[in-house]
Amino acid sequence: MTVEMAEDRMAEAVGGPDGGQLLEISMGPHHPSTHGVFRMNVELEGEQVVKLKPVFGYLHRNHEKIAESASYLAAIPYTDRLDYMCSMTNNWAYTLSVEKLAGIAVPERAEYVRVIVAELTRLQNHASLVGFLMQDMGASGTPLMYAFREREKILDIFEQLSGARMMCNYMRFGGVRVDPSPEWLAEVKALVERFPRFLDEFEALLRENEILMSRTQGVGVLPRELAVNAGATGPLLRGSGVDYDIRKVDRYGIYERFEFRVPLGEHGDVYDRYMMRVLEMRESVKILEQALKGIPEGPVMDPKARLRGLRPKAGEAYGRIESPKGELGFYLISNGTTEPYRYRVRPPSMINLTVLEDMCLGRIVADIVVTLGSVDIVLGEVDR
Amino acid sequence: MTQGLDQIFVTFQHWAVAHSPAILQRAVSIVLPVVGLLILFPSLFAITTVLERKGLARMQNRYGPNRVGPYGWLQPLADAVKSLTKEDIVPRKADKLVHFLAPVLLVTVVFLEYAVVPVGRNMVLADMDSGVLFFFAAGAATEMSVFMAGWSSRNKYSLLGAMRAVAQMISYEAPLILSSIAVVMAAGSLSTVTIVERQAGYSGIWPHWYVLTPWGLAGFVLFTIAMTAESNRSPFDLPEGESEIIAGYFTEYSGFKFALFFLGEYLEMFAVSGMAVTLFLGGWAAPFSFLTWIPSWIWFMGKVMALIAGFIWVRGTLPRLRMDQLMNFAWKFMLPMTLMVIFSAGLWRFLPSGVARWLICAAPIALLYVVLGRVLQSERKIEKRVYRYAE
Amino acid sequence: MLGEGILKGLAETARNFFGSYWGKERLTTVQFPEERLPQAEAARVFPFLVYDTDDWEKGLRCVACKICEVECPPKCISIEKSTEKKPDYVGKPQFFPAIFDIDVSVCMSCQICVEVCPFEAIKMDTVFELSTDDRFGGLHWDKERLAKPNSYYHKIHPTESAAVDADLAEKKAKAEAAHSAAAAKAAATAATAARTGSVEMGAQEKEAKAHS
Repeated sequence: MTVEMAEDRMAEAVGGPDGGQLLEISMGPHHPSTHGVFRMNVELEGEQVVKLKPVFGYLHRNHEKIAESASYLAAIPYTDRLDYMCSMTNNWAYTLSVEKLAGIAVPERAEYVRVIVAELTRLQNHASLVGFLMQDMGASGTPLMYAFREREKILDIFEQLSGARMMCNYMRFGGVRVDPSPEWLAEVKALVERFPRFLDEFEALLRENEILMSRTQGVGVLPRELAVNAGATGPLLRGSGVDYDIRKVDRYGIYERFEFRVPLGEHGDVYDRYMMRVLEMRESVKILEQALKGIPEGPVMDPKARLRGLRPKAGEAYGRIESPKGELGFYLISNGTTEPYRYRVRPPSMINLTVLEDMCLGRIVADIVVTLGSVDIVLGEVDR
Repeated sequence: MTQGLDQIFVTFQHWAVAHSPAILQRAVSIVLPVVGLLILFPSLFAITTVLERKGLARMQNRYGPNRVGPYGWLQPLADAVKSLTKEDIVPRKADKLVHFLAPVLLVTVVFLEYAVVPVGRNMVLADMDSGVLFFFAAGAATEMSVFMAGWSSRNKYSLLGAMRAVAQMISYEAPLILSSIAVVMAAGSLSTVTIVERQAGYSGIWPHWYVLTPWGLAGFVLFTIAMTAESNRSPFDLPEGESEIIAGYFTEYSGFKFALFFLGEYLEMFAVSGMAVTLFLGGWAAPFSFLTWIPSWIWFMGKVMALIAGFIWVRGTLPRLRMDQLMNFAWKFMLPMTLMVIFSAGLWRFLPSGVARWLICAAPIALLYVVLGRVLQSERKIEKRVYRYAE
Repeated sequence: MLGEGILKGLAETARNFFGSYWGKERLTTVQFPEERLPQAEAARVFPFLVYDTDDWEKGLRCVACKICEVECPPKCISIEKSTEKKPDYVGKPQFFPAIFDIDVSVCMSCQICVEVCPFEAIKMDTVFELSTDDRFGGLHWDKERLAKPNSYYHKIHPTESAAVDADLAEKKAKAEAAHSAAAAKAAATAATAARTGSVEMGAQEKEAKAHS
């Protein structure tokens, strides 16, 4: 906050309804805990929040416009950078939409590999999110370091497979780019075997911690009806008790072959959302074990498929997946040329942000940060 | 020989006084210990900054600073150079005099607190009859400098931080002082020297420290918690809540003034640890009777360092408490517990010594702890939840 | 009991503290410039052009087909075809790039250029310590900066380069077999022509025309 801004803000103290003065502060865009360049204009009465308006767009990079002027293949590396923590699931959502649009089939082995990398992505995203939640609450980075220790192992696995840790650019229309070797599968197996122990250690540090529980239980409550009406998805929705997981609803890919449960929360507060993510991590480990056991041999891409010059017939398609943040969807309209006529991303983080104000009204400033952390936003997705 | 080592600083002071001109002797005998304290505790501050960073780092699976000097131990020098050469920015509309005085006041008052802490046998700067009272009076003055800092910065974040800080520090003064009252009752004097001397005896090999009594143990725990809150350390560092309001009341400070605040906070931490050691842990007395050959000042510094290590440990583990929870904790939990500690200390004095006395005095404290724990948990409605899965 | 979770948390931190002195598992920092972690074989940073023999100009595999330029998402490659031809690894004369520039500050390491190249001419390098203080030209690389020998490719991506070499050898063998079959056929036709005395253009001459 510069000197001038501080002065202006002081001068702008708005008159409140009962004659008292409301304090208007702007949290962000430079802020240690807003998960990216994100700003919130908060009006406070004393320490209670009276109004909260999120302001975003600081990371807008014209992703949709670029994808509409480049070929379908060229848009794939750009989708990596949408939700930059989970590049594999972004790729999958996009290739799913294009495969729907153009009617391309995917071989079995590729489907299994897609599930494996998607669940690994979910593991590393939830682990680092829980670490960040603790960091925002002031636990001085210790749980964050533990979470990142595990995340690094997963990122190394991605590097061995696709060549890059985060911007993987791994999926293609009709399969995946690289066939995983048996050594790679063995490494994933070793990681999956070690993971539950890390989960237990992590939970022990914080789950029964009274300070944590008192800071997150009852905070940032999202009622069921509001969540459904606002279009919130992902752990946010399930924490409020709504049973909606796209892996179970759409049954895309081969998810119907795996046995896993969908955890549900009761109160819709921050603690429930945190526990949703931890329980989802355990379910992901189960899915991974089943996928690793059942992966067949075979090609990972149709040998006759053309890599470049995809020209789908005119039409439209909407493909969506359950990304770690919620429902990530791509809506494509094709007019028969090599570039999409309209390319639209449904960003789960942005749509989940629309309920932030309702969750924070009446709470104090310290709760805003914790609530924002539990919504799990990544600015690359919010702003595109 | 050990007696000589124990009293080495006192001997040095007498030697210096004897060898200085008559007109200056009184001045020398006062200034020398002051200089000693002024050297000792800031160097302890320098060591603690490295220790804290390396300790926190090890808890987080990483190295701490390890580039400056062997294993990073010269890091404070680099930090000192950095803070001295940084530009000193003062906001345009800030109240310049108050802005300048706030850190100065903090450091001055904190140094005053060191006057009554006995660092070793016969090694206290001012043997006042009301040393404990003086200490807490000086401690209360530090709160004013915090508010001065927040107010003069003309910045909303600073103001928020300052108000929080003052509310927190005032709330925790009550348990802090009340738990020390039990010690004063048991020792029968407000003088820190007398309190330590009362704890310097041994029955068998066991010392007479007050922490080894039930009311002393509870009092010690309460005192350390209040101590953490007074120094704005994690988990009570909401006023400088780093991830929410950046740095709270010292957001607008840079350069040397920031370093002075930092110094003031750490010095207060040492002073209050020193007082905790004096009141509960026997001051400069050795823990077992066969260890009295080690000099008293080494014991004192060792105990203070152990407390500091505890501070660092807690900082690395716990997330911070929210403001209202902090206040609830102070008024609804700690205050009743300290009153019970005083009651228990009274019981202790009038019962004959033995195991029975221990149990009778421990019982009311344990009972109140359990009762308060239940009441607070049910009030805050925190619970262990069980989650269901969709069909 | 109130405070139990806090004590458990403290125990966990203490375990990590002492464990960090004991084993490597709880001390995962790598002191970067002195110690380095091994890079995965598939790691990719920025592209480079492969050349076969010792001569970087004559052995360059790239034939300036411009497919990578078209497919590159951020359009960081700029190619200008040459006007003459030079022989490629099977001996067939091909165009080559007179200018091949990659603006490495724009490149996003997506590897699409490598995937679409039909001639195995462009591959991904693994060097990432590339900072320069030259704002304008330092990260705009030309053909000479980009060309690296096949032996270097073998060093950084052993399995991949072995597969590429096998593939190219197969193509070369097939081309040579086709060439010798064509040559044998031309000789047979010429012999027939010489016998019958016709002046029709021989297959060999036809081929020579086609190649130019």
